[in-house]
Amino acid sequence: MKIVLNKDRMLIEREQDVILFRNRVKEYAVKIGMSLVNQTKLITAASELVRNMLKYANGGMVLIEVLSQGRDSGIRLVFTDKGPGIKDIALAMKDGYSTGKSLGIGLPGTKRLVNEFDIKSTVGEGTTVSIIKWKNG
Amino acid sequence: MGTDIAKLLQKKQKRILENWMTTQLSNISLREDLMSNDELREQSAEFLDTLLKVLTEKNLGNVESSDFEPVHELLAGISLSRAKQGFTPAETGVYIFSLKEALLTSLQTDIKEDPAFLLDAVIRISRLMDYLCITAFETFIKGREEVILRQTDEIAEISTPVIRVWDGILALPIIGTLDSARTQVVMESLLQEIVASSSTIAILDISGVAAVDSLVAQHLIKTVAATRLMGAECIISGIRPEIAQTVVHLGIDLSNIITKATLASALKQAFTMLKLNVKKVETIKSGI
Ligand SMILES: Nc1ncnc2c1ncn2[C@@H]1O[C@H](COP(=O)(O)OP(=O)(O)OP(=O)(O)O)[C@@H](O)[C@H]1O
Ligand SMILES: [Mg+2]
Repeated sequence: MKIVLNKDRMLIEREQDVILFRNRVKEYAVKIGMSLVNQTKLITAASELVRNMLKYANGGMVLIEVLSQGRDSGIRLVFTDKGPGIKDIALAMKDGYSTGKSLGIGLPGTKRLVNEFDIKSTVGEGTTVSIIKWKNG
Repeated sequence: MGTDIAKLLQKKQKRILENWMTTQLSNISLREDLMSNDELREQSAEFLDTLLKVLTEKNLGNVESSDFEPVHELLAGISLSRAKQGFTPAETGVYIFSLKEALLTSLQTDIKEDPAFLLDAVIRISRLMDYLCITAFETFIKGREEVILRQTDEIAEISTPVIRVWDGILALPIIGTLDSARTQVVMESLLQEIVASSSTIAILDISGVAAVDSLVAQHLIKTVAATRLMGAECIISGIRPEIAQTVVHLGIDLSNIITKATLASALKQAFTMLKLNVKKVETIKSGI
């Protein structure tokens, strides 16, 4: 069972917020004693999702949670935006697919970097991506 | 009760200004170093004049009335310039709050006999002044943010030095993050320096970069491509173990780029490419 130990919210509105947000995530990761490799993976994943949110949905909100499960602890990040949504999620999750003339590895790469990955999207309403990285995962 | 609060205040404009100035000039937070007393008086007179000119019995009850636009505009300008000059929020706060005090004191003197009306007048003037105060602080913070943004730009420019480490070899340490604006600066100074020094090898050191996500990776790939177009080769050094693992999982392909763990090994690689041989000189022991 996952227990939420701490909740924090952050509004993402512009490029400058990316660094502030990443530093906040790093602080939490350090606080629970996450290894350097996992920290870097989490921060990179967070960076991808927050950049998607800015690029495709003009920003949004991120919920940062410190979780505990059994002996392990971890961090959950929930990215919520009210952007255009994603029509075909399976396609968006493919390596190399991009509508933004980019590498198209943000979403599939993020999934490979974290332990749990969940994406929900409704066209015209917005997108929610939730990830969990365990301290020892 | 036929008394008009706006008219009462307008009649006493001179006295209010004097009171306001006295409070401001006697306040310990007076910043003569940032603004002369004459300037302060001029600014205060203009602000009070603008405020009392638009004030009517009708709009006094409606702080959001568009009548107050010129007042908000003027105040925003004052607040913004104060933020940039280095006034503290408290010092800017004193400016508005001491005006509020001067206005209230004036009402107190003029409406002595009618406590109920005085109370009503005080509440309405307070509400208006508090609302103006919010404008002042919002723009004050905006002013500070502008200062911060400008500093960020300046830091981005000064923190991308291109170093000539050897004849024909440039090194460029990147610290912080490589966002779009930063990449532009980095690329420009690098390409310029390649031409100026006719270098053939550029080492991009990313030891100081916190995370390599797809955006940073893309910027690196672009910088390498641009360097090659100039006829030079680019080596990326300072890839820490945790960055290497993350890049692989993320799925970024850097196999077309020469990468090295440290700046030292990148320099060695550069020497090899330039067919340079750096050796320790054997010192002959002279034993007489
Ligand atoms: N929050 C979002 N709202 C709407 N569309 C999105 C959102 N996030 C991703 N997408 C869509 O999914 C596609 C794939 O996203 P992904 O992050 O994998 O690649 P990218 O952003 O295009 O490129 P990269 O992240 O490699 O720079 C995007 O091109 C975009 O069309
Ligand atoms: Mg992306």
